[in-house]
Amino acid sequence: MSQPQTSYPDYWKKPPFIKRPWLRWGLIIGTVVYVIVALGTMDVNWVRVWEGLPRGRKLLASFFPPNFADSRGVIIDGILESIWMAIIATIGGIILSVPVGLGAARNLSPRWVYLFCRFIVSASRTFPEIIIAIFAVKFFGFGPFAGFVALSIGTVGFFAKLLAEDIEAMNKTQAESVRSTGSNWFQWVNYAIQPQVMPRMIGLSLYRLDINFRESAVVGIVGAGGIGAHLLTSISRYEYDTTASILLVIIVIVISLEYISGYLRKWVQ
Amino acid sequence: MLRLENVLKRYKTGDVALKNVSLEIPDGQVIALIGPSGAGKSTLIRCVNRLVEPTEGKIYLGDTELTTLPPRELRKARRRMGMIFQEYALVERLTVMENVLSGRLGYVGFWQSFFRKFPKKDVQEAYRLLDRVGLMHMADKRADELSGGQRQRVGICRALIQDPDLLLVDEPTASLDPKTSRQIMRLINELCDERGLAAIINIHDVLLAQMYSQRVVGLKEGEIVYDGPPDGLKPDVLTEIYGEEDWEATIEDVDEDEEEASSK
Amino acid sequence: MPKIDTADGPVWQRRRTSKQRLIWFGWLIAVAIAAYAWHLISEKTIWFFVWDAPQQMVDISRRMVPPAWSYMDVLWKPIWDTLNIATIGSMISMAIAIPVAFAAAHNTTPHKLVRAFALLIIVATRSINSLVWALLLVVIVGPGVLAGTLAIGIRSIGGCAKLLYESIEEINQTQVEAIEATGASPAQKMIYGVLPQVLPTFAGVGVFRWDVNVRGSTILGIVGAGGIGVQLNGSINTLAWTQVSMILLVILVAVILSEWISAKVRHAII
Repeated sequence: MSQPQTSYPDYWKKPPFIKRPWLRWGLIIGTVVYVIVALGTMDVNWVRVWEGLPRGRKLLASFFPPNFADSRGVIIDGILESIWMAIIATIGGIILSVPVGLGAARNLSPRWVYLFCRFIVSASRTFPEIIIAIFAVKFFGFGPFAGFVALSIGTVGFFAKLLAEDIEAMNKTQAESVRSTGSNWFQWVNYAIQPQVMPRMIGLSLYRLDINFRESAVVGIVGAGGIGAHLLTSISRYEYDTTASILLVIIVIVISLEYISGYLRKWVQ
Repeated sequence: MLRLENVLKRYKTGDVALKNVSLEIPDGQVIALIGPSGAGKSTLIRCVNRLVEPTEGKIYLGDTELTTLPPRELRKARRRMGMIFQEYALVERLTVMENVLSGRLGYVGFWQSFFRKFPKKDVQEAYRLLDRVGLMHMADKRADELSGGQRQRVGICRALIQDPDLLLVDEPTASLDPKTSRQIMRLINELCDERGLAAIINIHDVLLAQMYSQRVVGLKEGEIVYDGPPDGLKPDVLTEIYGEEDWEATIEDVDEDEEEASSK
Repeated sequence: MPKIDTADGPVWQRRRTSKQRLIWFGWLIAVAIAAYAWHLISEKTIWFFVWDAPQQMVDISRRMVPPAWSYMDVLWKPIWDTLNIATIGSMISMAIAIPVAFAAAHNTTPHKLVRAFALLIIVATRSINSLVWALLLVVIVGPGVLAGTLAIGIRSIGGCAKLLYESIEEINQTQVEAIEATGASPAQKMIYGVLPQVLPTFAGVGVFRWDVNVRGSTILGIVGAGGIGVQLNGSINTLAWTQVSMILLVILVAVILSEWISAKVRHAII
């Protein structure tokens, strides 16, 4: 090898990800301080934690093996109620979403309709389903109807938003070519827009069914029907066998739902 | 010296990519490996450093038998073989310098590499190599900010900083324009010359193969069908390798290009 | 569509009718299911309450205004707790989710059995709602912020690890190969070949999850796991509707802010 013409630096340091030193150090120190302060204000009652550990062990033990026999009837009843609630809430939510979604698409609706529908969408998206469920129980009384209302509202927030975004992103020339044939608004939506957004919407509705089932398993905690109430009771009565079997059933249903919806979505698209 | 003895590669799908290939490459020789797509060129190169495990046969690098090495020994052996890739295969989100220094990973410990604390002489060597290929000023740039030709130069630096005895070069020009292709091939050739390196260069461009190698090996369906000097690539040989085609035009081109290259 | 060999008539027409029939059949099933579900739900509904609902709504809404602004003094600490539950919970979950994701991605997993175990963790933590985790943890560690933080942390493992391992499986494998070819050890291959490629996604997933968790942590107090949900539950139970509206306002602001921050940060990273 030829000898080097010049001497080269023998030191190299990776340029920092955040170039400004004050910002970099500020972020690092800020994070550390935050974590310390946050942990410091957590008020953990270690005595209580220590006392609770045997319960945790007992709870865990009741999963192996699970005992389904003792409370089978109650569990099946509650799970079925959750499933039907999820299904009807998905369907109801989607039916409500279609007009809202069409209205919330900028390229489809007059401005005041657009703003109004956008407001509905963001309002129903902001609050967790559980909070909506609490109010639904106040308004409609205990039972699955409240859960149905809460989950439907959640579905509208999710579905109408995606529908609107999909319509806004669709192929314009196709839509215009149909419009140019002199069709009215409904014909236009039916022929130009529906075919473009339909496959994805079917996929999304299956996905939402998945989410709704997960939620329907917990809205019972606030009295809105489904398996959640039994779960709450079993825990407060220390019947961990029942708790474990309910959780296992939920897990199994969630997995199979995810599997089925994944399969159907692939098939639809 | 690299020696392949009856190397056979059968993939899990049942496809046989290499059929009993035997090949010997003396120190300091640059050979071009030509052949149609799917002839097994890439597989052959990858069998040498065992990115692909050969099914049968033996491969010697000097006195070391590569095919039976346990992982730790294999890593040591890999340090002696620099590899240059078709799509450059730089880690795009790392800086140019880190990409070059990654060629030293086989020599440094985990924590050293984790904190980017490479030995001083490695850093010096990295700068020297980057200067050699004209990219000294790019050291702190991220690899994905470079052009194709620049990336391939960085790839070359990464292979050379390993201080290898052998270069394994897999289609170095496939993603480059004709002019850059020639520059890169010339650079690889010069560097092999400077350092006395042997090299296997996979290339599908017959022209470039003839211009920048001392020996050409033609591969067809996993078998060697030609092994000889670059000017021995007559139409009948090319027909044997690639199939029926009017080869006269290609060869004429070669002559012109060679004149052009030598007049520079 | 299954391919049908045809001797008579153009293929496209046959496909179309069979497809059409399938679609109609699908709709029929959907309507039947909906009708049955509706029947079951309505059986369990006391319709008197439902018809009374508009009256209730008007009534409660009226009692909610104006929000009890002074109640804000009590709310600062719960807000701080809620934020901590979301933030520390997200940190815990990311710390666990990253190794789980590497174990679950088929290109980085050390062994098939390890992969199966990692996938089991992902599925089990993901399928159970954070509220249920909170219920269980309140039993074990007692009511309070710790239970909430752990609930959010555990629930998010699966959600994060799923996104993370999908991004690990999508990396460019030749870049890793190139590092391997230099003689790097498996650990070095990871930090030079894999990590730089997935780090931006990891950061994005973390911030996204934080945003989700801020929303999620507002309700954990309902089962006693700390945060602003405790006050919400208390105010609803005591029918202090002006306080309820104040809390809802706070949650609204928190959710909007966290969504905004997360969008900004993700935009800056990617």
